Amino acid sequence: MHPAFQAVLTIVIGLGGCIGYFWFSNQLLDKVLFPARGPNIGRNIRRAEMIRPWLFLFPAIFALGLYLAYPVVATFWLSLTDRDQGGAFVGLANYQQMLREAKFWEAIRNNMLWLIVVPAASTAFGLLAAQLTDRISWGNIAKSLIFMPMAISFVGASVIWKLVYDFRPIGQEQIGILNAFWVWLGGEPQTWLTITPWNNFLLMVVLIWIQTGFAMVILGAALRGIPEETVEAAIVDGANPFQIFFKIKVPQIRSTIVVVWTTITLVVLKIFDIVLAMTNGQWQTQVLANYMYDKLFRAFDWGVGSAAAMVIMLLVSPILVWNVINARREMR
Amino acid sequence: MEGMAGQKSHLTWAVHISVALLVALWLFPTVGLLVSSFRTAEQISNSGWWSAFSAQKGQLPAIRISGDEAREDGLYVIDGNLFGTAETTLSAWGTSSRAPEAYEPDTQVDLDDGWQLTVERSGDFRLTGPQSFEGERLPRVFATATTPPEFTLENYVNVLFGTTAGAGVGQAFLNTLTVSIPATVIPILVAAFAAYALAWMEFPGRALLVAAVVALLVVPLQLALIPLLQLHNNIGIGKGYLGVWLAHTGFGLPLAIYLLRNYMVGLPKDIIENARVDGASDFQIFTKIVLPLSFPALASFAIFQFLWTWNDLLVALVFLGTDDDRLVLTARLVNLMGSRGGQWEILATSAFVSIVVPLIVFFAMQKYLVRGLLAGSVK
Repeated sequence: MHPAFQAVLTIVIGLGGCIGYFWFSNQLLDKVLFPARGPNIGRNIRRAEMIRPWLFLFPAIFALGLYLAYPVVATFWLSLTDRDQGGAFVGLANYQQMLREAKFWEAIRNNMLWLIVVPAASTAFGLLAAQLTDRISWGNIAKSLIFMPMAISFVGASVIWKLVYDFRPIGQEQIGILNAFWVWLGGEPQTWLTITPWNNFLLMVVLIWIQTGFAMVILGAALRGIPEETVEAAIVDGANPFQIFFKIKVPQIRSTIVVVWTTITLVVLKIFDIVLAMTNGQWQTQVLANYMYDKLFRAFDWGVGSAAAMVIMLLVSPILVWNVINARREMR
Repeated sequence: MEGMAGQKSHLTWAVHISVALLVALWLFPTVGLLVSSFRTAEQISNSGWWSAFSAQKGQLPAIRISGDEAREDGLYVIDGNLFGTAETTLSAWGTSSRAPEAYEPDTQVDLDDGWQLTVERSGDFRLTGPQSFEGERLPRVFATATTPPEFTLENYVNVLFGTTAGAGVGQAFLNTLTVSIPATVIPILVAAFAAYALAWMEFPGRALLVAAVVALLVVPLQLALIPLLQLHNNIGIGKGYLGVWLAHTGFGLPLAIYLLRNYMVGLPKDIIENARVDGASDFQIFTKIVLPLSFPALASFAIFQFLWTWNDLLVALVFLGTDDDRLVLTARLVNLMGSRGGQWEILATSAFVSIVVPLIVFFAMQKYLVRGLLAGSVK
């Protein structure tokens, strides 16, 4: 069967199945199980109302449980077992093995570097772009263009930036803009992506380039939400534009800055495509998610791979807890 | 306030210039790729893409003289032009690769066998000889010339329809489409029902479920790879489109439920309660009132999910496999970066093919994307 045909069929079956499920289960509840008539009408309606939410929720809960909640537990279990021994329980042996590997520590070190640099730089550039584009006539076009990389895949962005970093030997015309600029300044052409530790930063640039637009959009909206009076009062008091920005505006959008920062942090923790496409972890650029992919699908060492995945989960969990606490506070 | 006026116009200029710089910086890399995808392999390796718009001086590949001979005054003559176009200007030429810039334009050069060759600035040449050129190997000309900017669609034709050059980018495009459309459509309905229940129905455990959705929002999908691959193998799905669709559905649901619930909670309470009083069931309220009113949120999520599934690499690699005929665009690009790292005409064109659909969606639906982002993260 041709995949395209299969896709159409899946959409039809999937959507039809969903609609069918919701419609029939509601009919079943209202007409057969607890009909809203007869001697027990009051009790029946009440019971139907108790069950109905779960009819609405069932497919979602089922999918979430199977595709997100169960794997967390299963991965934890895998990290404690050894595939070569037929899945025997080995305790923390996988973790110990992982901690002994230099490549793992390299990944941790690089990930920490990413965690510091990328959210900070993206947020700073985003804030700058949001503030600058706010009051000018062509601000919306500028915003659109800075926001655009958000739509580009990490792999596509890697190709784009690999052209920027491209290297040609001395004497040849440089076709990468970075080397062209470097040679123009009087330097010798460099294979940028192999120079440790600067290559890490060159990879980070790709993600900063993508995420700045996101930060700009969110922070821009927050900046516009600041009450005019506070700014006007500052102007009357003789504050200069920089004071207004740093002392009046930024403190008022601090909570939004935190949200942007954590959202980008989550992206950084899972960063994989850029490293895989540009260096594949060579020249000291390994990161956790790519280390994990290496272990799982190249070395087929599921134990250590799962252990690495649990490390990512561990790093994410503070944000997870913080988000849940915030969400609960809001619901009250 | 009057004192501010002069200072302000001063500052406005600084702002305009800074924004222009920022935009240029952000746009530059993408423009480079786009321009490169319209240049020939030779142009790309001879000069940076930024010089593509100006006339370029460079050495052309060797051109072998050819043409029909004619007889003039007892000599055999071949006339013709080295270049296809009129705008190319010759600055030096030679007949040997060791001395490619040996002669000025318009000079007459004596070759072996009594042959004489003249090449003019415009590329017009005249080769004369005492005997017929029939069956002879005619000389090659090495030309250094200034060529006008030239762009070609050939790369796109090669990459999309050619069998060797693009190595299956056209197929990968179809595969990506096959992955992303069902993976965008299916989660929406499932999430919408759940979001309605979480927003407008009263039942014990609701707050807990919302908290669970928020928690699952940040669970890295890296954890799901092996357990789900095992599961798919055990229930007989194996690696294939069905597996990818299900995986994308599962991974997309938390965001879908979260976005839709936040939106639905904000719908006016009166409408829904009036409908309840009039005897409408929850099912009717949902399909007739809430779903149509939630269109902006549905659109936001649809764009997110489409961009995410189109741009995804990891889920497709793991659940679809790495068979050549099943690679999605991102996976194909990673392969091309490995195998044809130096062939920028293929790489740039393939990359642009993979980028163009998300870019169209982005520019057409930006309003909904921004709205979704704001709903998803500003609290």
